Amino acid sequence: MKTRRQFHKLVAVTAAGLAAPAIFGSKVFAQDKPIRVGASVSLTGPLASTKNGQIGYELWRDDVNAAGGLLDRKVELVIYDDQSSAANVPAIYSKLVDVDACDVLFSPYGANLSAPVMPFIKQRDLFMIGMFGLAGNDVAKHDKFFHSGPWGPNSGRDWARGFFDLAKAQGVKKIAIINADLEFSKNAAKGGAEVAKEYGMEVVFNQSYPPNTSDFSSMIRNINAGDPEAIFIASYPADSTAIIRGVKEIGISDKVKLFGGAMIGPQYGALLGSLGPELNGLVNSHTFVPEPTMQTPAIKSFFDRYTPIAVKQGVDPLGFYIPPFYYVAGQLAAAAITGSKSVDPAKMAAFLHANAVDTIAGKIAFNEIGDWKERRVLMVQLRGIKGNDLEQFRNPGHQVILDPPSLKTGDLAAPYNKARAS
Amino acid sequence: MKKNSLLFLAGVIIVLALGFLMPWLLRNPFYFFAGYVVLQYVTIATGWNILGGYAGYINFGAAGFFGAGVYLSAFLFTTFGLPLPLCILAAAIVGAILGVLMGYLTLRIQGVYFAIATLGLVVVLETIVHNISGLGGASGMAVYGPRPPAWSPGPSQYNFTVMVVIAVASVALARWVEISWIGRGLRAVRASEDAAECSGVPTLRLKLVACALSGAVLAAAGAPYPFYTSFVEPVTAFSLIIGLNAIAMPLIGGTRTWVGPVIGALLLASVQQIATVTISSELNILFVGAVLIAFVAFAPGGISDLFGRNKGRARP
Amino acid sequence: MLSIDILLNAIVTGILLGSVYASLALGLGITFGILHIPNIAHPTLVVAGAFFVYTLTQWGLDPIVAAVIGLVPFYLLGVVLYAFYSAVFERKGGANVLQSLTLFFGLSLVIEILLSLGFGSELKSVSVSYIGSSLKIGILTVPYRLLIPALLAPVTIAAVWLYLSRTSSGTAIRAVAHEERALSIAGLNPASVKRHAFGIATATAVIAGAALIMVGPIEPFAGRFQIGRVFAIVVLAGMGSIPGSLVIAIIIGIAEALVSSYLNPSWSPGVAFAILLLGLALRPQGLFGAAR
Repeated sequence: MKTRRQFHKLVAVTAAGLAAPAIFGSKVFAQDKPIRVGASVSLTGPLASTKNGQIGYELWRDDVNAAGGLLDRKVELVIYDDQSSAANVPAIYSKLVDVDACDVLFSPYGANLSAPVMPFIKQRDLFMIGMFGLAGNDVAKHDKFFHSGPWGPNSGRDWARGFFDLAKAQGVKKIAIINADLEFSKNAAKGGAEVAKEYGMEVVFNQSYPPNTSDFSSMIRNINAGDPEAIFIASYPADSTAIIRGVKEIGISDKVKLFGGAMIGPQYGALLGSLGPELNGLVNSHTFVPEPTMQTPAIKSFFDRYTPIAVKQGVDPLGFYIPPFYYVAGQLAAAAITGSKSVDPAKMAAFLHANAVDTIAGKIAFNEIGDWKERRVLMVQLRGIKGNDLEQFRNPGHQVILDPPSLKTGDLAAPYNKARAS
Repeated sequence: MKKNSLLFLAGVIIVLALGFLMPWLLRNPFYFFAGYVVLQYVTIATGWNILGGYAGYINFGAAGFFGAGVYLSAFLFTTFGLPLPLCILAAAIVGAILGVLMGYLTLRIQGVYFAIATLGLVVVLETIVHNISGLGGASGMAVYGPRPPAWSPGPSQYNFTVMVVIAVASVALARWVEISWIGRGLRAVRASEDAAECSGVPTLRLKLVACALSGAVLAAAGAPYPFYTSFVEPVTAFSLIIGLNAIAMPLIGGTRTWVGPVIGALLLASVQQIATVTISSELNILFVGAVLIAFVAFAPGGISDLFGRNKGRARP
Repeated sequence: MLSIDILLNAIVTGILLGSVYASLALGLGITFGILHIPNIAHPTLVVAGAFFVYTLTQWGLDPIVAAVIGLVPFYLLGVVLYAFYSAVFERKGGANVLQSLTLFFGLSLVIEILLSLGFGSELKSVSVSYIGSSLKIGILTVPYRLLIPALLAPVTIAAVWLYLSRTSSGTAIRAVAHEERALSIAGLNPASVKRHAFGIATATAVIAGAALIMVGPIEPFAGRFQIGRVFAIVVLAGMGSIPGSLVIAIIIGIAEALVSSYLNPSWSPGVAFAILLLGLALRPQGLFGAAR
């Protein structure tokens, strides 16, 4: 009896606590109110290494506000931590939209975290910039969703096509594919197998392995037994390290011309620094490298400001892979708002569909489901790395662009064993 | 006893009525998203407590049952288009079967081994899901839920109401177990298994019943989840966090009665929901960790125990 | 094609990985196996140990030297943890498993967050001259990256076991698990014996941490993936059987390596538990446990 009474009291208190924000958070539409941009970032959990993107958001906000804001309104960021868990995403975006009244949304990182929010924005007809979700909008086909990342159309299959184009040019007939059993790498491997088939290559080995695998010696032996000429690897940072080390320890056939493809990790300072020269010869995907064909004053200024903040926060001091595109997300939103002179989702989306936008990552035009019209995933070859100093990666020549042809800064050094030794 | 049951029935009717009416009274959908998660944990904590609290058998594998419910309902809905209530029912049945299997394998050995073995259940189920391509494996599976029926204003509100019904049903089940012969038997098991066995309590059968009921509730808690996130993938469905919250919530609330897990889940889940959208940084998890340590250290009997003691002291 | 050298190499790799698992499980074998404290924070303490080793290697120290230096601070950390644990529970006449589990879960969350605040969430790894080369014996290729950490396990386990079985304070630790009252009659304070044991268990975490970070890079949340495996090892070995845990860990390591070589690596996470369930069904007291 007595517990029940207290229990009811407790329920009442909890209910009041839940209702309280409604009173404070009611929508205000006045013109002088700031424009609110809402996002969820993985500050903790397995994806926490992507949190350096937040610096990109904040630099963009500071730049916009220093220039007087958008439509004479200041820009305000509202950012929550999704703890790298898809289970937290629906409530966070409902809070951003229904309580915080955000005008523009940025998606969480990657396809698995973004998937829960897609039906929500489609149903409520909201404007969103997608962050690195591969094929993020291919199911929902929402017309107010735009990728900030350079995956290009049909990205589920095609985003790593550059690797296979290079392999084809080398006359590769037999290919091995391995992938971590996680969303991004699994899709990369699946797409890779399809492209390989399209190019008439034989897939002699195709296996997935569980996350946190630390030893690849048996897998590498099995690959060697299949005698491939190219090895396409879709891995996550910890296993990327183990694979690179495993190859060094076990050795690999001289016939292998291309090695790499979709390894996450060798884009980040942590791995570049710890593996250093062991990475030489690797051909891997990237989104930005400081090569002459990509370097512009705008993006250089971005990194000049990014690096000190990153060092202070203890995140990746190079930040080539993710942070520039978080800044780009802001620039896309800004272009949509100023271009359409409104924060109305339909008008903003119409503007981005009709106009190409200049960003620090170049000029971007979108197709009808918000993919970049042109795929601009880089295939770079790591070369001439000496020692473990990170600063060398800020200079051109260490991450040579092989593909796409329009940005090319060098030719493939093959076979892998020879390129590795150089 | 009779009066208590009537009061409980009245409480059930009021909560159910609120579950159906709230979506029309409160316009802001956010509360239904957040409320869904809180109620999901009320169900999980209640289900866990049937075995863990009453019988004292610690189940680390709540996430295994939950994930099984998630994937079963996602599969049944996307392949056969089964309506949500049937998905929930199917999940509960499979959860019960899983519970009995698990119990049959491990309950004859000591409690602590049982705990470890349940941890294994999660890993085994997750590995299986990873290797079944029909369930999407690591890439996950998009689930576009059905249109909500006319009596509910939107999908988030509908999910909320469904979860209210599940939560109420599980709490009622837990209360029934507690006051029935099963509960008496389980308490005897908890106090001293050998003594109970000697005095003719069918301990193994009781524990299997508790396993089945607990598993059914845990799996049912997972059944609406695919429609809540519109997307399932193994890492979140079998998340360690679910298993640990399932233990922490009854502990904070108190494990002896059905009230404890409810209070613990309402409190901890609300705090987690609020912390996610207010503190929103590493400090959020640090805070949850500190709360857990503080509770174990200063209020080991849980909140319900704390209240009871204070009350007792106030009126000697 | 799948020839004898692939089989032999898989077995060797399994033995090496198994030894590393044994290092991870050693501390838990003491806290859970002997003291019956279900310290699920142990894998997180191992990660903390790895970060300690990482910090010292940044100053040019070898990881093993760093681990040896870490023994004292981690022993003290363990003593403090146990003092806190017993302040919370022992005065109430012992903890129930549920409360200890929750306490250590809370503790592991706190440690994880402190690590990620202190070191950032990037992967950290050590680079030592011997990482990246291998020992070649006939058809076997044994990477030093696995060999050196694998050698740490038998050495530490032997040291701990000799201490527990040959010295009087070690015997006291084993005695405290069986009969606390007898111990205090014999003039020993059970609380201080347990504190000492917990300190030793925590000190092994820094050795295991060194092994872990030599095998591959780590991040603050890496401990979570090991919880299941280390518990499986301790339980299967039979509670309190420290040498048995090495054997079990190696069996698990070999089984995982064979499954990933011949079946598919994606099935290997289930291996430890398949063995555990089988073992519990056939021999509930553990393979090396004395039936008490």
